[in-house]
Order: sequence, then C-alpha cells, then structure tokens
Amino acid sequence: MKRVMKHRLFWPVVALVSLILINTVARSQFASITVRDDRLYGALIDILRQSAPLMLVSLGMTIVIATRGIDLSVGAVMAVSGAVALTIIDDATDPNSLGTVLVAVGAAVLVSLLLGGWNGFLVAALGIQPIIATLVLMLAGRGVALLITEGFITTVNSTPFSFISTGYVLLLPFAFFIWLAVVAAVGVIERRTALGVLTEAVGINPEASRLAGVRSRGIIWSAYAASAVLAGIAGVIYASNIRAADANAAGQFIELYAILAVVLGGTSLMGGKFSIAGTVVGVLIIQTLESTVLFLGVPSAQSPVFFAIVVVVVVIIQSPSLHRVVRNVFRGTRSGGTGEPTSDVEAAR
Amino acid sequence: MTNVETVGSERRNVGEYLQVFSSRHSSLLPTLAALVILILLFIGAEIFLRGDFISSGNISALLLDNAYLLILAVGMTFVIVTAGIDLSVGSVMAFTGIWLAKLLEAGTSPVIAIPAILLGGALIGLLIGVLVQFFDVQPFIASLAGLFLARGLAFVVSLSSIKVETPAVLWLQSTRIRFGDWYITPTGILALLVVAVGAYVMQYTRFGRTTYAVGGNQQAALMGLKVPRTTVAVYVISGICGGLAGLVLTAYSGAGYPRNGVGTELDVIAAVVIGGTVLTGGRGYVLGSLIGVFVYGTIKSIISFMGAEQSWMQIVIGALLLLFIVVQRAIVARSNRRT
Amino acid sequence: MPADNEVSPIVAMRGITISFPGVLALDDVNFFLRPGEVHSLMGENGAGKSTLIKALTGVYAIDSGSIDVTGTSQVFRGTSDAEAAGISTVYQEINLCTNLSVGENVMLGHEPRKGGRIDWKAVHRMAAAHLESLGISVDTRSLLSNHSIAIQQLVAISRAMVLDAKVLVLDEPTSSLDRGEVEQLFTVIRDLRDKGAAILFVSHFLDQVYEISDRITVLRNGKLVGEYRVKDLPREDLVNKMIGRVLDDLEAIASTSARVIDRSETPILNVTDVGRRGVLEPADLSVFDGEIVGIAGLLGSGRTELVRLLYGADRADSGNIEVGGTAVKMTSPRQAIDHRIAFSSEDRRAEGIVSDLTVAENIVLGLQARKGFRRINPSKQESVVAEYMAALDVRPADPNMIAGNLSGGNQQKVLIARWLATAPELLILDEPTRGIDVGTKAELQRKVAELSEKGLSVIFISSELEEVLRLAQRVVVMRDRKCIGELDSQRLELDDLIDFIANQGTGSAA
Repeated sequence: MKRVMKHRLFWPVVALVSLILINTVARSQFASITVRDDRLYGALIDILRQSAPLMLVSLGMTIVIATRGIDLSVGAVMAVSGAVALTIIDDATDPNSLGTVLVAVGAAVLVSLLLGGWNGFLVAALGIQPIIATLVLMLAGRGVALLITEGFITTVNSTPFSFISTGYVLLLPFAFFIWLAVVAAVGVIERRTALGVLTEAVGINPEASRLAGVRSRGIIWSAYAASAVLAGIAGVIYASNIRAADANAAGQFIELYAILAVVLGGTSLMGGKFSIAGTVVGVLIIQTLESTVLFLGVPSAQSPVFFAIVVVVVVIIQSPSLHRVVRNVFRGTRSGGTGEPTSDVEAAR
Repeated sequence: MTNVETVGSERRNVGEYLQVFSSRHSSLLPTLAALVILILLFIGAEIFLRGDFISSGNISALLLDNAYLLILAVGMTFVIVTAGIDLSVGSVMAFTGIWLAKLLEAGTSPVIAIPAILLGGALIGLLIGVLVQFFDVQPFIASLAGLFLARGLAFVVSLSSIKVETPAVLWLQSTRIRFGDWYITPTGILALLVVAVGAYVMQYTRFGRTTYAVGGNQQAALMGLKVPRTTVAVYVISGICGGLAGLVLTAYSGAGYPRNGVGTELDVIAAVVIGGTVLTGGRGYVLGSLIGVFVYGTIKSIISFMGAEQSWMQIVIGALLLLFIVVQRAIVARSNRRT
Repeated sequence: MPADNEVSPIVAMRGITISFPGVLALDDVNFFLRPGEVHSLMGENGAGKSTLIKALTGVYAIDSGSIDVTGTSQVFRGTSDAEAAGISTVYQEINLCTNLSVGENVMLGHEPRKGGRIDWKAVHRMAAAHLESLGISVDTRSLLSNHSIAIQQLVAISRAMVLDAKVLVLDEPTSSLDRGEVEQLFTVIRDLRDKGAAILFVSHFLDQVYEISDRITVLRNGKLVGEYRVKDLPREDLVNKMIGRVLDDLEAIASTSARVIDRSETPILNVTDVGRRGVLEPADLSVFDGEIVGIAGLLGSGRTELVRLLYGADRADSGNIEVGGTAVKMTSPRQAIDHRIAFSSEDRRAEGIVSDLTVAENIVLGLQARKGFRRINPSKQESVVAEYMAALDVRPADPNMIAGNLSGGNQQKVLIARWLATAPELLILDEPTRGIDVGTKAELQRKVAELSEKGLSVIFISSELEEVLRLAQRVVVMRDRKCIGELDSQRLELDDLIDFIANQGTGSAA
C-alpha cells in the first residue's frame, strides 16, 4: 500500500518541487520569507494564502470524481454563497460584529448544503448524468446569486469578515489554516471512517458494490453535498478577499482548475481511488504555475494558455491508448499479435 | 383524408396515422415540444405584454441579435449528436473575433482575414477531436482544454477591445435588406445559410447519418462505419462555426472583445437541448436547435421587455434545461424498457 | 473426425493457437465452415469457443495457424477485414442503432445516393426488399427501437445480407426470443442456408442446436474434441464431450449428499413461481436449514438468472419469495443481505472483486457495507482477514496486495471469503470453484460442507456435476431457462444426471 502511495504522489511532488526550484533560480526573492509585524511575507506565503478557495473546491471535486461523477456547479455555488453572506452583513445593524459575521457565514454554508443536496438528488435519486445535472445549477446558480445581490456588486466594510481571507494567525495567513483544517477534516472523515473506502468501491465497481450491499445512493448524495459545502466556504473566502459579492466573477472557471488539480494529483477521472494529498499537491502546482506566469510578466488573462498546455500534456500522458502504443512499441511488433484485441475493439467504445 | 364515410372509420384513420407517425418520428417529439413552447411564449407575451410583442421589428431582431448563437448551435448539434460536448465554443468565438479585429486593424484584407480565423477555429476543433478520438480523453475535458487555450489566446491577441472599421465587414451587419416592415442583414442570412447547410448535411449525407450512428451506438465501428474521422470532423465543424460566430459577433458589435462569450457555451448547449437534441447522443435536429435558439432569444426578449433583471434569464434557462433533461430521460428510459 | 469430403469448406481455420497472459485459450484447433450448412460450435466456459469466434470475426489476432476464406489466406487485423472477407456477425447485443429507422439500419454506410445526396426513397425501397426476401415485412421508416429484439435481430441479419456475406455468424441469437420468434428466426436461417450461406450458430440451448444445426464442433479446455454430423451425435454424448469426466482426486472428501435433512420445519427460503420475462420461466425452489441444494445444467440454462432473482440483484416479474416463512419483497441486494442471504457471483471480475482495493478491503467489504460508516475495529478487521485468508489459502498471503493483481482463482477465494465473513444463513455460490486448482477446490468444498453441518444453508451452482453430486442433498436441474426437475442426489449417478440434463422432457429415450 505504501508503495502505491509513494508511487502516485511521486510525480506530482516532483513537479511541484521542480516548479519551486525553477522559480527560485529565476528570481531569488521567490523563496525568501521575511518577518514583519508578526507576519510572514513572501511569494511562498502568498501561494499558501491564495490557494484557499481552489483548495476547498478541489477537495470537494476529488470526492465527487471518486464516485465517477463531476460537479460543474461549484463556481456558481461560490457566487451564491458569497451573495448570501454579504447580503446578511450588509443588512445587519453592526457589520463589524463577530456575531453577524458568524451568522452570515453559517447561512452561506447552509444554503450551499441545500444546493449540494439538490445536485445529489438529481444524480443519485433521478439517475441523471452528473455533467448534465450539475450543469443546470451552473447556469441557474449565477442567476440566483445576481438576484440576491440585486444585480449590484455589494461591498462591505467588516473587519471580522475581511479577516477570513486577509488576517494572520501565528505568523501565517488565516486562510491557510482554514484549508489546512479542512484538509485534515476531510482526511479524517474519509480515512478514519469507512466512507473513503466505500466511496472508492462505488467508483471502482458500482455493480460489485451494489451486490455487496454498499449504500451507493447515500454515498453519492453526500459527495455532492460535501462538494457544495466546501464550495460555499470557498465562496465566503473569495468574497472576504474582494470585500464584495461579485456574482459573475466569483469562482469563474474554478471548476476547470479544480478538475485539473484533481487530475494532476493522480486521481483518475474515471472514479475510484482518490488521493487527498495528491489534490493538495495539484492545487499548489496550479497556484505556483499561476504565480510563475505572472512573474514572467504574462498578463494573468493570458495564463489559460499555459494551463491548456498542461491539461493536454497530462491527459495525453494518462491516456490508456498511449500506454497501449508504448507497450506495443516496447514489445516489438509481432504479426501474429499477442492474442490481445485488435485496435478497433477498443476504439469502438 | 378529406372524405369521411363514417365517424368510426375516420377515428381509425387518424389513430393509425398517429401511431405510424409516432413510431417513425418519436425523436421529433422533443423538437415539436420546443416549437409548441415557442408558440406559447409568443402568444403569452402578446397577451400579457399588451400586444406590442409580436412585431416585425421584434421578430427580425430576434434573428439578428441571436445570429451568433444560431451558428454556434449548429456546430454544437453535430457534436452533441455524436454524444460529445464542446465547451470551447464561446472562447473560440471570442478568440476568432478579436483576431479578426486585429488583422483588419493591421490592414489585412477581409478576403484573407476571414478564412484565417476560420482556420484558427478549425485547428482548435481539430485538437479537441484528436484528443477525444485518439487519446481516449473525455470530450468534456478535451473541450475544456480548448476553452482554456482559446480564451488565453484571445487575450494574447489583445488585452482590450479593438474597433473594426473595415467597411466590408461592417457591411455585414449594417446593411438591412427590407421586406416591408421586416428586415434581415447579411449576418442573418449567413446564420440561416449555416442552418440550411447543417440540416442538409445531417439529413442527406453519409457523414451526417454516421454522426447519428456514432451517437446511438457505441460500437458503431463494428458496423463498418468510419467512426474516427467522423468524431474528429464534428469538432472541427464546431470550431469553424466558432469562427463564423466570431465574425458575426464582431460585425454586430463593431469590435472584437476578448471577454466575449464567457458562458456562451452553456447558453448554446441549453438552446440545443431545448431544441430536442438529447445530450446522450443519437437524436436531434439542426432545425430543432434553430427553434431552441429562438426560444432562448424570445425569453431574453420577454425578460428585457418586462424590465426584469437579466439574472432571471439565467434562472429561467437553467430551469427549462432541467425540465427538458428530465423529460428526455423519461422518454429514453421508456423506449429502452420497451426493447 | 473432422472434414467430410463432399463440399469444400468456405472457411478453413487450421492449427489456431491463441494465448493470453497465463492462459492458453486455444491450442491447435481446426475448424471448418461449409456453404449451405448450419454449424454449431459447442463448449462450456473456458472451452475456447468465444475466442475462436473472435479470431474468425477479426476481434482477436491469432498467435499461430491459418485462416482461409474461399481458398485465400487471410490475416484479420480488425473487424472490418473480416467483414471485407465476407464474414458477417450478428452479435448478442444487437449491434445496430436503435435511434435510427429500420431501413436506415439495413442500409447504413451503403445508402444509395442520387446527385450526391442520399436517396431516402431508394433506401427504404431497397431495405424493404431485403427484409421481404427474408420473409419479414415491417415499416422500414419506423424506428428500430419500436421493435422487439426478435425483429431487430432479423434486421441485423438483413444488414449482413446487404453486405453480401458468405458466412453469417450468429452469436447467441435466441437468448431473448420466445418460442414463436425462434421459429421465425429458424425459418430465415434455413432459407439462407438453402441459398448457400455458411452459418455459424452459437448457442447454449441444446434443444435449439439440435433443431437447426447440420454439424457440431465441440471444444473443451482450448482443444478440439471433434466435429460431428448432428445425426451422428446423440445428446448425452454431446453433453459428455462438453463436460466430460473430471479426474476425481476428491474422493477423500466426505460426501455430504447422504446427510439427512429435516424438511419438516419451515424452509429458510421458499420461492414459488419466480420468473422474469425473457430471462427465466417461473420456477420454484426451496431450501431448508443446513441443506445444500445444487443447481445443475449447462451454461445458459438459467441457473445464474434464478439465483439473481432470489438475491434481489434482478427484479422478478412474478412469483413470491418467503424467507423463514415470512413473505418478503426482494428488490435489492441490500434487502437480501438484511435477510442474511449472501451471493457470490460467477463473474468475479465484473461483479465481485473491486479491483483497485486491497485484498483486505475486499474481504471486509460485505461486513463494512452492513456496518455503515463507522469503521470496523482495525484489529478485528485484521483478524477476520487473516482467518479467512488462511482458511481459503489465498496466495500470495498479503492482505495489502491490490486485489486486481491476484490470479483469477485467488480472486474467487477472496470473494467467497467476503461472504463467509458476513456469517450468512443462506449462502448462494455461483460457480465458486471455476478456475481454482484441485487442492483448493477440495479445501473449499470441505469448508462449505463444514459450514452446512453447523447449520448454514447453501445453494450451489457448478458446471462440474461431480461436485454438485458430492455436496448437495438435492439437485435442481435446469435447461434452456426453465426448471425441468428436481432430483434426490443421494443415489444419483453422474450418468443419470447427464442423461436427465440432456433428455428429460424431450421425449428422446435415455
């Protein structure tokens, strides 16, 4: 088992470390960390702080993908969550009170949970394809967020709220601790309870799991609920960062980056075995890549080109047909073949 | 069926006729449903918005405001019928649009610039098609990569909008060919032409019929059909449609803008699904997508007519999409159980 | 012995050998198809039948040997090569497009064109003509999905004729057909045969094989047993050649078939009239406390289908199920498990082993699924896993090994371990000893006998009839998706059982 884990994490970690090294070589300040006013500053710290929303969304996405599903609605849920939180704070008598902020965040997370339950219902109970089921919320969700904010970009001044994304605790960003805690919580829930193994069973072999008596419906439902809750927290962090609820910009494209992070971390899109640690590394890779691109002076709007190249390379490397071609090349061409199926049986899928 | 002998035999004929019709054309039902919805929308709008809605001006605008969507929908129909999906269309439209503006600004003749952007769209489509067919990448992920690529390239071309002053291109939008109170522009004609060609190809060519076969039968290759080239071709077609839509949108707004089309792919998919194309592949009509786009456009029109916020637009489209998907699933489940 | 000399074969496969990692699927097999004949290929699972067919249809490449079609040597690199050589296949899962019309399916890829565009009138005219020549008349414009599997199959055959096939391979064509539809199909087959086509008819249904075939080739364990004219091969000879006699080193195992079962109490499971349209004719079954009931029959006779209905893996259309005297609805495996029924599936790869999980995780899966989200105490898990790995001698004895990397036989043991660990009251074993070496077979049978002595009831399906006779007190016999009788196994001889399977109810004297 340990051998497998090391194997799976090996390349992602190597990629991340290489990226950091390249950056440090290119600009020596990259790896430097300074202390000022009880806070650590530096490019690495920035990465830890800025990766919070993507980290949370990617964790949820990992679990959903493990069940052979996908959740395209996470960006929209972020938008709704931010809108709910900010509207409560905005309408409150004292936006600066901790109580208000707690209520706002609580409400945002609750709403996200309901949205996740909705997704779970469509997939687990109605049996709708996950891409399609979550597409609906992806479309409608932003509309709902816009309605809540009444079309405006609500801004607030609330110290406790801003603290979520910009505050520091014990020298490190609060946002970092949030995602660290969530990673730990998810890790514990998935691995200390049977939930992780059962989820993997459902993703690897749904029929065998069914015959073995696994309650697949409940597992799938809770996967989507979890994804939405995590997206909700991410939405709160995002809104806290810009001190506003921007229903259009919140979480834009985040589902794509989350899927990429999951894939980079070694979890297969076909479902089954998943790796929380792998996703963490995947997110850090993406965040570091983003930082690299910015450093190169490339406008951040152009960075998707780099990510496209990364996606293409990763999927080609992971492609089963590539493995087959490589295997055949190494085995040498035999006119009789090895009794393995000829190519058009595989292609006819 | 004009001569009626007895009431009984007429009922039998109609019943028989309906039965034969449904056994031949049951996949038309979702599209017919969309048409009914469109008609209901018009009637409803006319009644509730006090009779101003159905006017020649409004209906002409319906086509022209949504010409870009119509072109994208034709390409998307090809892709979805093969049980694929193309999330890159909005970004391809933006990229080709801004690239066209840039080329024209640099003095390139439209005769060269327009084919160039079509080629650009086609190449992105080719990339997606190759990933899907030869590397077993899920269409969703492959077209996601296309989306990233096109969106990034759009900003590489230019970080801000570029105005178009070339008369030849502006002519496409500004010219109005009038028929009484109705009017149409060359962009509208282009859109309708794309629809006509798309519908013809799907109905009357072996390639078009192969797309239906690929979508309806995962083992279509075992039937001796040329699956690989069909699969790649539909994404190329979608890419070219992205280029045409970029041209149309740029002419329409008089400028290229790299932020165009964010989320447009979802609107296109919604329109195509509403028009009766099933996301699981194998069923759908280009003309259905035409109706779907009109439904989309009418709803948008009604919402702005009502003075309601545009956010309702997304909610209504989302709800409608859900309704159609659930109904589609029920229909497909029923026909599967029968066999 | 093979090859009469009257008609020269249209397909000649000689010395065909195909091996996969770890298994020799076909060993120097000869096979001939002659025009104007219906030829059946027979053999149990693992006999090499489907491998041979796949070699003929271009799905598999051959390691050695030769394939000649109409005298010309062929190398098939894919299914289109085979099709180009004139070999058309109608698959068990109809390989047509149910979303398209009948006529279009017949002509797909070869639609007549006029002026560059498809001439739909001609498409439907030609399709109707082709279907007519097979004696079928349907509305070619109607969607294929509107028609029964029987009609879809005939459409598939019609399509093969459009492609001008010289050889027609029919792969399990009658699995979902009723009696009348089978008649219709056979009429078409005879007609095609009389017109000179060579037809390869692959089916498990003994009765049908005897009804339609002219010739039979039997394979066993990858080797050719022989080619016979149907009229020269009585049924029990055929069954014998397919199943044969397995060397019996297992005499050391105490036979439990003689054990006296108390059948006065309420049966632990009582099933009446349970069936599913197109899958199983209504059947009865009862199992008493501590009893081992065997189900015997050839592959495809409906044994697995029956137990799947009992377990709730499939839903029954008809009938009643009673567990311990109480009527229950068995609509999902979860319910069966709650009633302490366990089911070890015969298809361990697709329905049993969760391949990316470890051996330990696979073994406790049943227990864990029942327990819910709270983890089973790790030390308890370890001891359960160790106990069953030792009891069944799982090799390699590494609980952390990925289950997918185990050999087939060991995977089977892990699967059985999973179910034994849940301490069921009724254990359904579907072909549990397939692919397992003799020594472990003995061990497994010993374990099953031991458990049944302690009160566990067992339903035991096996193609190895000696096993069934040795362990079971009663044997239910099935043929062609129907229950044809029940026998007391105590004084039953193997030959009698084979005879019963082959001939019971057919009127052909034993």
